[in-house]
Amino acid sequence: MTMREQAAATIVDLFRRDERVAVVMADISLDQLRPAMRHDPRRAINVGIMEQAAVGVAAGFALEGYHPVVHTIAPFLAERPLEQVKLDFGYQGLGGLFVSVGASYDYGESGGTHHAPGDVQALGSIPRVEVVVPGTPRETDGLVRATYANGRPTYLRTSVVENARPVELAPGGLTPVRRGSELTVVAVGPLLDRTLAAVDGLDATVLYATTVLPLDAATLAAEAAGAPEVVVVEPFYEGTLAAQVSEALEHRATRLLSVGVPRAFISRYGPAAQHDAALGLDVRGIRERIRRFVA
Amino acid sequence: MAIDTGAIAELRELMTRMTGDEKHTNAATSTLDVLHVLYEDVLRVDPERPAWEERDRFVLSKGHGPMAYYAVLARRGFFPVDELDRFLEWDGSLGGHPDRHRVPGVEASTGSLGHGLPMAVGVSYALRAKGLDEQRVFVLTGDAELNEGSNWEAILHAGARRLDNLTLIVIDNRSSTVAMGDIAAKLASFGWEATTVDGRDHDELRAALSHRAEAPTAVVAAIS
Repeated sequence: MTMREQAAATIVDLFRRDERVAVVMADISLDQLRPAMRHDPRRAINVGIMEQAAVGVAAGFALEGYHPVVHTIAPFLAERPLEQVKLDFGYQGLGGLFVSVGASYDYGESGGTHHAPGDVQALGSIPRVEVVVPGTPRETDGLVRATYANGRPTYLRTSVVENARPVELAPGGLTPVRRGSELTVVAVGPLLDRTLAAVDGLDATVLYATTVLPLDAATLAAEAAGAPEVVVVEPFYEGTLAAQVSEALEHRATRLLSVGVPRAFISRYGPAAQHDAALGLDVRGIRERIRRFVA
Repeated sequence: MAIDTGAIAELRELMTRMTGDEKHTNAATSTLDVLHVLYEDVLRVDPERPAWEERDRFVLSKGHGPMAYYAVLARRGFFPVDELDRFLEWDGSLGGHPDRHRVPGVEASTGSLGHGLPMAVGVSYALRAKGLDEQRVFVLTGDAELNEGSNWEAILHAGARRLDNLTLIVIDNRSSTVAMGDIAAKLASFGWEATTVDGRDHDELRAALSHRAEAPTAVVAAIS
């Protein structure tokens, strides 16, 4: 089961268990979410291909005390209706879960219109927004359950890129998976496995991040206390988490390297793995960046 | 033409207490008669219990020029009329666009155009899901606000899904710089039961706003 399929299955399960859950779709993943529509079509609404309305309709449910879940492809969920998320949810103090499919260039063969490496940075401009980035289907299940009724606009970013095994997540969002003394590496969601492979042979602490907004500042400050070098390996635009890392470590001197998606439009067509290799986000690319940084 | 002149005079007097947003005076006065009729004769609301579950919902999507809205809410008893004197003031609760956290009776915080109608569609669905089938949802936009594409997403959707508990009120004071043509005809073509009335005639407004059809209802209130 993929993260996308797991997210839909968990949403359907919550929908059946909790009458306060509403699901708003925009013509995407209908096959997976159809059981919700069959169970109670009054609160499982496919609005059609209209993402601004999808977020507005979800806010209407939230105004009435529901926990809305909105689902579509990342650029059409995080960017096109950004003002609806900002005002209808953020400003109005409402909660809702926004579950995307197609992280960064997962739709790598579809071209730049379907890419969204800027999703987390865009949503991060909205106060109160929480962002969770699972790395496996099982983590997806847990994070959907943990956040759907948290009272905040929350973005859950599923991806076709996955880690081989789920991690038992620590509360707070940063989970130490390996400890060293010369370097601290924060690996976000689906990039954990390749980050661990990339730092093989280095004396590095690796912290696994699934909740990236807000970033777990206390754990980062404690785990990174012994070394000035900090690396963030992030599956979205490079530097997206830099401000939060800087704030968490403002009490000390830090050298920070951000390894993520370069800020340039992508004009090639190919699967996500091919883009990763071309953009330096495969094991080899990550290892080279980190080794140059610590050399 | 039927007008409750006493009430309107009283509301206009209340509106004079709110100063500082004179550029939106036309926007404010254009909604005055509709809001009065709505709150006096149509909406099922209780000023003592603004969050009463069985109330009708009203969303002022056109958040601009909310002076008439505030005057109507104050006169209806949602908050003391003296609060009107603190319009746009730092320590007051009445801003240039209404805030649902600050003003009793305000269902949604609006101001950016094109947000209220999609939210009202969601509220309409939510009331259905709760089994509140008699309750209605009203949303007010301006004619120029209908320039915003998000409205037409919601208009297409609500018409297609026959959301019969939803009523859209369009204040048509010809403020759009893009010719809107026959707004009621446009809405009818999207599956709405749409009518145009004199936006100052209280009898016409009352009859149109009280009517519930088997499709979403639109009342275009023409302001001359």
